[in-house]
Amino acid sequence: MALTNRSKTATVRELTWSEKLYLPAIFKGMLITFSHLFKRTPTIKYPDVKREMAPVYRGQHVLKRDEAGAERCTACGLCAVACPAEAITMESAERKKGEENLYREEKYASIYEINMLRCIFCGLCEEACPKEAIFLTDRIVPSSFTRGEEVFGKDKLVETTESPIDVTLRQRPEVLEFKKDKRHYHNRTFKDAKPQINKHH
Amino acid sequence: MDAMLIYKLILCVIVFVVSLGMAAYMTWGERKLAAILQDRVGPDRAGPLGLLQPIADGVKMFMKEEMLPGKSNRFLFILGPCLFMVTACMTGAVIPWGSGITIDGVLYPMQITDINIGLLYLLGVVSIGVYGIMIGGWASNNKYSLLGALRASSQMISYEVAMGLSLIALVMMTGTLSLGEISRQQDAGLANVVYQPLGFLIFIICAFAETNRAPFDLPECESELVGGYHTEYSSMKLGLFLFAEYINMFISSAVMATLYWGGYNFPFQHELGLDGNTLAILQTVALFAKIVIFIFIFMWVRWTLPRFRYDQLMHLGWRVLLPLSLANIFITGIVMYLMGKLN
Repeated sequence: MALTNRSKTATVRELTWSEKLYLPAIFKGMLITFSHLFKRTPTIKYPDVKREMAPVYRGQHVLKRDEAGAERCTACGLCAVACPAEAITMESAERKKGEENLYREEKYASIYEINMLRCIFCGLCEEACPKEAIFLTDRIVPSSFTRGEEVFGKDKLVETTESPIDVTLRQRPEVLEFKKDKRHYHNRTFKDAKPQINKHH
Repeated sequence: MDAMLIYKLILCVIVFVVSLGMAAYMTWGERKLAAILQDRVGPDRAGPLGLLQPIADGVKMFMKEEMLPGKSNRFLFILGPCLFMVTACMTGAVIPWGSGITIDGVLYPMQITDINIGLLYLLGVVSIGVYGIMIGGWASNNKYSLLGALRASSQMISYEVAMGLSLIALVMMTGTLSLGEISRQQDAGLANVVYQPLGFLIFIICAFAETNRAPFDLPECESELVGGYHTEYSSMKLGLFLFAEYINMFISSAVMATLYWGGYNFPFQHELGLDGNTLAILQTVALFAKIVIFIFIFMWVRWTLPRFRYDQLMHLGWRVLLPLSLANIFITGIVMYLMGKLN
């Protein structure tokens, strides 16, 4: 039974005289290769030309800072729990006095590492994060010569205040709506949160 | 006479430099064409369109470490690539690159030497070329190299027979062995390929085999022989082998254009009403256009056809091409007799 209409029945038979000459077959083959002279190459010359990414492309992670430039991550570990590839590991530390401009919450990640060789770029860490701290971006993880270099620490993950990484494409309307709700403690900015801390004490 | 001597010396240098330059840019052309035929981009990093790639390759070849296998015959090992290169360059001497330039009433032919046995010289020098491969492969003291050299020599000897016989039909027709005279005859009449289509077909197949080009590149196949006769070679000695192959390709393209496709002549060249010197330059351009087309065919075939099996190669050489070329001589003789060209 033929599954497609492309199947051909193969037979073993004597070659005809013209087939034994091989020349017609050679010219046929040469015409095929010649036709490729006029075909467009599908190559994208990567470092010069970058391929257009899908708006929801999931590439290298970024650890966001808030509007005041403080790290949003509070080292709760939900991303590490959510990670199916167990690529994320972190160590938490307590914020000291005078570090309020560096870290948004009292607790922060002193070490935050993502093993890019383990990561499957599923985006579950981003989904699990209650602090809007981790996002997957459309950047491609650069290659390296050793495996060790592929374990990205905070130096590679946290965005700099000078060049913040735009993640607006990852922030869906419902996410933005959620972020506006100031009833949630983690949705308040550092400045919003400060008087409240004082009120408790 | 002194002016002529100096002119010939300059022409020698020009032919040598042009051969080397063509060979260098043929490596670029080969890689680029291979890429295009396979829907790739090819070398494009060094300079615009990758045009500086041959220079980068040349520098790389010179900078590589020079290796001499421990138990090789040192003298023969170095002699091999040198011989191959020298014979490749020598063949350019009898090719007429144009009709000739007239300065102060003296005709300076654009051919280094128009010896009356030009064709024999060509065949002779090409046969010496195989010694370069043979000596190189043997002196390497390596089984792969030896097998490659063995294949190369048996292949070249086999195909030289058919090549020589296909040329005999041409010589019968033209009545001369001088390449300059053959070119001039084609100026008066039609290109020889019109009278000798079978001869040309045999010649081009043999030319592919003689230059060790695909589908006859058994001597240097990577998959079975780890590079064949140049397995043990490194640095510029390897470069010489590879380079000489391209020079051979260039020269055999020139020979094919000269013998069968009208040489430096192009259609309606005397109707243009140009003076001799301009015409000579245009003729050189025409010859180079023909050469480039043949080089393109060389590369086009390489990136289309797979390699022959060894018994197929020998079968084609001895049992197909040899009888065909003999038949070609026979037919040429009969036709010439019927047309009353034989005395």
